[in-house]
Parts: sequence; structure tokens; C-alpha cells
Amino acid sequence: MEMPVPDASILARKDQIVAGLRQILPDDAVISDPNETRAYECDGLAAYRCPPLAAVLPSTTQEVVDVLKFCKAQGLPVVPRGSGTSLAGGALPTADSIIVGVARLNDVLETDYANRVIRVQTGRTNLSVTGAVEDHDFFYAPDPSSQLACAIAGNIAMNSGGAHCLKYGVTTNNLLGVTLVTMDGEVVELGGAHLDAPGYDLLGVLCGSEGQLGIVTEASLRILRKPEGARPVLMGFDSNEVAGACVSDIIKAGVLPVAIEFMDRPCIRACEAFVHAGYPDVEALLIVEVEGSEAEIKEQLDKITAIARTHNPVELRESASSDESALIWKGRKAAFGAMGQINDYMCLDGTIPVSQLPFVLRRIEELSKEFGLDVANVFHAGDGNMHPLILFDANKPGDLEICEALGAEILKLCVEVGGCLTGEHGVGIEKRDLMLTQYTEGDIAAQMAVKDVFDPQWLLNPAKVFPLATTETRRAAA
Amino acid sequence: MTHMPNSSAELAEIIATADGPLRVEGGGTRSGLGNRVEGEVLSVSGLSGISLYEPGALTIVAGAGTPVQVIEDALSSEGQRLPFEPMDHRGLFGTKGVPTIGGVVACAVSGPRRIQAGACRDSLIGVKFVDGKGAQLKNGGRVMKNVTGYDLVKLMCGAYGTLGVLTEVAFKVLPAAEATATVMFDGLTDVQAVEVMSHGLTSPYDVSGAAHLPAGPDGTPVTMIRLEGLTQSVAYRAMSLTEQLARFGQARVETGADACKAIWAGVRDVEGFGGTGGDVWRYSVKPDDGPELGRALARKGAQRHAYDWGGGLVWALLPEGSDGRAALDGLGGHATLIRAEDQTKARFGTFHPEPAPLARISSGLRAKFDPKGLLNPGIMG
Repeated sequence: MEMPVPDASILARKDQIVAGLRQILPDDAVISDPNETRAYECDGLAAYRCPPLAAVLPSTTQEVVDVLKFCKAQGLPVVPRGSGTSLAGGALPTADSIIVGVARLNDVLETDYANRVIRVQTGRTNLSVTGAVEDHDFFYAPDPSSQLACAIAGNIAMNSGGAHCLKYGVTTNNLLGVTLVTMDGEVVELGGAHLDAPGYDLLGVLCGSEGQLGIVTEASLRILRKPEGARPVLMGFDSNEVAGACVSDIIKAGVLPVAIEFMDRPCIRACEAFVHAGYPDVEALLIVEVEGSEAEIKEQLDKITAIARTHNPVELRESASSDESALIWKGRKAAFGAMGQINDYMCLDGTIPVSQLPFVLRRIEELSKEFGLDVANVFHAGDGNMHPLILFDANKPGDLEICEALGAEILKLCVEVGGCLTGEHGVGIEKRDLMLTQYTEGDIAAQMAVKDVFDPQWLLNPAKVFPLATTETRRAAA
Repeated sequence: MTHMPNSSAELAEIIATADGPLRVEGGGTRSGLGNRVEGEVLSVSGLSGISLYEPGALTIVAGAGTPVQVIEDALSSEGQRLPFEPMDHRGLFGTKGVPTIGGVVACAVSGPRRIQAGACRDSLIGVKFVDGKGAQLKNGGRVMKNVTGYDLVKLMCGAYGTLGVLTEVAFKVLPAAEATATVMFDGLTDVQAVEVMSHGLTSPYDVSGAAHLPAGPDGTPVTMIRLEGLTQSVAYRAMSLTEQLARFGQARVETGADACKAIWAGVRDVEGFGGTGGDVWRYSVKPDDGPELGRALARKGAQRHAYDWGGGLVWALLPEGSDGRAALDGLGGHATLIRAEDQTKARFGTFHPEPAPLARISSGLRAKFDPKGLLNPGIMG
């Protein structure tokens, strides 16, 4: 993966730049020692690494303002960072960039149950937002698998999803307002505790803009009352195709579960070995979860299991206790970690129309054989958001390149069948150069025009999202 | 003069060769929204028809000029629906004609279910449009999870055609409810009503509508909470809410499908605000600020006001030429002047004024997407 050549004039000014940053931030908020900047050299896409020139950890919105004004005046590229869990390289620095991390901005500012909204600083982790309201039986709905570690800032930047977004939507559907610091160092309030801000939906375009339009320091998030109960049912099938057909039938039948998760055999085995979740050893496993009171759960599960039975499942098992339910989800959420125990892997997240599921799974299998690398599948089947995990050996020369080539083919396949390159992880550097398979140059130019308005010098996370060649002149003008 | 292209390419050609402002129109039923635009009419009604509908993928794609009714009928035949329940503005504006799906998106029109299922922008998953330079563009697609590049889908929704003319829109749809119940309380004050609605919305019962009419059909206050879903589940939740809210009086529970449909269509279309004189203002506030806004509106001489979204959406009928925005004084949120004479709109501003940094960003975007200022110039102020 190509990254821009760092600006030698910036590298040469490192001491002066660091001294400048120390003038506007407390000493312990500026990290410049090469041993320490290494902590910021990569995110969840660990195959690519490059320590930044320096990393700063502001504690207030005003400090973010001061830092961005300084960086703008100095012409320094800025790479915003939440917790660094991006799987797409969204927080990967360049050697001439300043990492602006929001880790110290982690307070809850206001909790308002009557109006169903919480105001937090964006360095707060996803799970700890729910943690702040669960005593009142509320929760924050988007639940990416990395929710223990990932920050709200990163969730907003990538418009993160999760297993339960079939019912509750992704970050953008649960984000009511933000405090945004622009590259000019202006503080802009978008939205708030009321719905649907006036004017253009700037909050909508900001969410998912991968840190390229500004740095979000505070967010108002929609919180919801927890359902009375929830219960998953496990369904095992002896073919991926039948499992895919079952998903489509459930959706068509008019009962919308809160989650429909899909795992194939390699993934089931890895998770089972890692977590002992009690998964059956089958070709394809569905975890279907419904919510409500005891009677409501029963009413929904009766309908869903009746549909499943028409597909002759090898196994059909409702969770019998809350412990068992927790274990079932623990297995699913540990899928990436479990695969990581046995192999290096690359995780893709293209989305496809649900109707194309059987065809795409078959085609992935063919591609996997063709490229000689195994692929395990675990994904959000209800909304067609695939997660093929390509297994490779990072120590074997050439394997990463084969893996990336296979990954590109799978993503092109997703686009060909009417889907997209990324459903919830973002483009980052990983899918940057594939953008033209999904969009025309004109389509991309329209997106870049938005960045031109927010950040005319292209200083914010400049080498991400768009093919490097298309952004070259803009970046060079910085 | 009216342009009526039959394809995106024809539409692009019209824009590319236009030398003056274009007034973009679908069915014309919402032409009262925004500021009046002078210019040749560019109608998208020729871009009509459903191009893809996959019930098993909960996805529908249609031309911008497709009548809303055509889409709703297609969905309904498969037991599905548009989640966000778009308002029909014909009653309010006294307009005739056929509302189109492009108009719904351009004006970001949502209804009572917005609080539970999201707004129009939340269901919209893809757009095709022609920008002010005549370029045919797309964003998003036909899958419900998509973070590939910037989300211009959201930007186009509610842009009133000023950043591009929509030619095709794609939605995530949802199963229609098997059963509906409306739990109704009579005679509550605005403050009590918001308390009841807040209780419903913070309960685990998945409330999909919460409205309060200080003057209901018989002139007395009625507070309504809607529950939708499987039959037994709806009955259980209606009973639970009725019990929990008994201190506000004995609730009436309406379970008839047609009756519930009529009740919520009335809320959605602000029945009672149509065919009257006076100006209509629409407010979006923090729900528990609703009653305070209601009091301020009464002081301003409001003849009528109504709450939706648990108190967060307030409609008011004010004497002609009133500064309805001033009623927001000290509260957050924003006010839009929906129906008034042009001079009133010019005097008070149709849309809420944007702070300077936001106004700069908005005009910057307009300059990028429509550098010649051809598309609905001035409609958003």
C-alpha cells in the first residue's frame, strides 16, 4: 500500500515544531520521543506502520483548537485518532504528520434520560457509553465488535456499525449532534438534543468522513431503554447456501430480528476452540436474536424457528439462560480474536444485497482456491455486511500481497453484485485505491469537493479514502 | 416554460445548457416549502417508476418522479412499508397533484415514526443526481450498510435540490406491522402529556408514535401513543403502558387498523392546520422543552398548536405576520416558517439562521455543486 512521500522540510523542522506544540499544550500532552511515537505507528491494520512526527493528546476542545490552528499555520498534516482500532488504516500516520488523539477527552458531560440523550467527550469508549447509563436500564445501540476499546470519535469518523444495527441502525442513525473543530480552528456545533438540524445535513456528511473534515470533541448520542429481555437462537445448516436462503426468508416473513449473524465452518471451529461457546460443528451457523418480554420473545421465535425448519436445519437451539446467551455472543464477538490466535488474517467488510449471499459465498470459495489462501466467513447476514477473513502468513514473503490481491477480487465481486466496498469499517488506506470500482471519477470528485470546503489545504488525514493519484494535486498544494 | 426530461441524460443536458435559474419540481404538492423560486420549471415527473424492489433484501429503488403512492402500494403488496412515514403536505398547503418520492427526499419529509424508525435520511441508502454543472453523479447504493466514501446521500436529503437534482433514490424498507394499537389519554395539560409521552418513549415498549393535540377532534386535549408489531406483543405492551400510566386517567386503547391509520395520518399531516388563515410554524426542540414553547406560543396568540415526536416537534398556527421564531427565545432547537406570505418569509427568514461558520460551509458547498447558481436559487435563503 503506497503512502505519500513525507515532506522533507517538515521532517527537518521537527524540533521547532515540537517546541511549538509544547508552548500550547502541557508537556505530558506532547509525545515526540521516537520510542514513544512508536505507540502510534499503526492501528488495527497492523501490516502497515509508520511512526508520526509527534503525537498530541489534548484534554479540552480549546486545546484541539490551538493544535489545529498551529498545524494549519505550519502546513502540517494531521491524523486524528480515537483508540486506534481501525481495521482500514484510518489512523495510520505518515512520518511528517501529527497524530491528534482524543484519548484524554473521555468525560460524560450530561445524561438526560427524559430526552433520551447523552452528551460525551469523544475519547470515551463505545462500551463505556452504555456503561454510563445501564444503571438506568438504558444503552447506546451501535455495538462494533471492538466496543470495549474503540472510541466514539472513531465510531463517528467511520460511521461504525455492529451486530445489532439491523434493528437499531449504525452510528449515523444514533448521532444527534457534535462539537466539531475545523482545520481553521473554528468550533462548530452541529445538531443537539433536538432532531433534524436546519440547513444542509452536515452532521450526516461528517459522520463517516474518516477524520477528513474536522475533529469531533463532543457528541450527543441517542440512548435507548433496554428491552425487557433478548434471546438468541442458534441454527446450524449443512450448506452456506441453505443458510443464506433461510436469512432471506426470515426477513421476508415480516419479523425483523435485532440481529442475524452468520459464521462458516472455519470460523465456527476457531471461535469454539477459543471461547467454548457451545457452537455445533456445522457448515454454516446463524445466530438470530429477538427482543422483548418473555411472551414477545416466544411469539417471534415461534415464527422464526418455523421458517428455519422448512430449511431442514442440522441444529436448532434456543438459548436456555442469560449465561448461555452471553456465551453465544461472546463467541461471535471474539471471532476476529479467535482467528488471530491461529493465523494472520485480513478482514474485509464489503456489503452485498442479501439475495446474492449464496452466490457470493460460492464465488469466494472459488477465489480462495484460485489464490491458494483460506477464507473464513463471519458476518452480519441480515444487512448483507460480509466479513470474509483471508488467512495468510505474514512471515512468508509474498503472502501479504497475494492476500491483498484476493481481497481486492472479493471486494470487486461485492460491487459487481450491487453492493459496496465497505459496510462499516471505512475506506482508510485499505480500500482507497479500489474506490473507482464503485464510483466514477465524477462521483469521487463530488465527495472531494466537500473536503475542499471544510479543509481546502487537505491537511486532515490527507492520504486516506480517495485514490492517491486523484488527490495528488490537492495534497501537493498544501 | 417547463422542461420535462425523460431520462437522467436529458436532465443533465438541460442543466448543462441552462442560462438562468431552474425551479425544480416533482408533483408540486410541497411547493410552499422554502422560499419562492423564480425560473423555468424543471420537472422530474418524467423520471418515474420502480426500477428494483427486492422484498427479501428490504430494498426499493425508484425514479425521483415516482408517485409516493406507487411506492407505498408496491411495498404494501409485500407486507412492507417506508419506515419514516412521510407527511402529505396537500392538506396543509391546499395543493393538488401527486406527491413524488423525489420531493420527499429533497425536503427531508418524515412523519410520526421518525422517533422510532428514523427520518427520511435514515432510510435513504442511495441517490443519483445531476449537479449544477450537468454531471450525472451517484452516492451510496442499494445496500443498507455502506460507508464507502463520504455520505452525500445525507447531504442531498433536505438540500431542496440546491446541490443537485435527484433522478433516482434507494431506500431501506421495513416489514409493515401485523398489528397497531393507539393508547389515548384525555384532558391532559401539555406538561402532563409530555410526561406521559416521555414515559412511553423511555419504556421498553418500542413506542413508534407519541403525539399530543391540545385541541383534539372534539376540541379537548388528547395524548396518543402508538405501538406496532406482532398481535400479542402489541396487546401486552398496550396493557402494560395503560397500567403504568393509570395516574393520568383511564386510557382508551384503539386497536382497529383503519382507525389507527386515520389517527396517525391526521397527526402526520397536521390536520386542522389546513384551510385556515394564519401562518404555520414548525419547531424542533428538546422534547421536554415542548410545553414551555407551547406557553410562549400561546403568549404570541397562537390559535392552535400540536406536538409530535414526544414533544420534540411542535406545530403552531400564528396570526399572519408574527415572528414565530421569537417564541424559541432561550430554548435550543430551531424554527421553520412553513406557510406564510412571501413578505413574512422574507422578513423573518424561512429557515433558522445559521451561525457564521456553518453559513460559510453551506455557501461553500453550494458554490462547489452549483457554481452558476441554477438550481432552486434562494429556496433555502
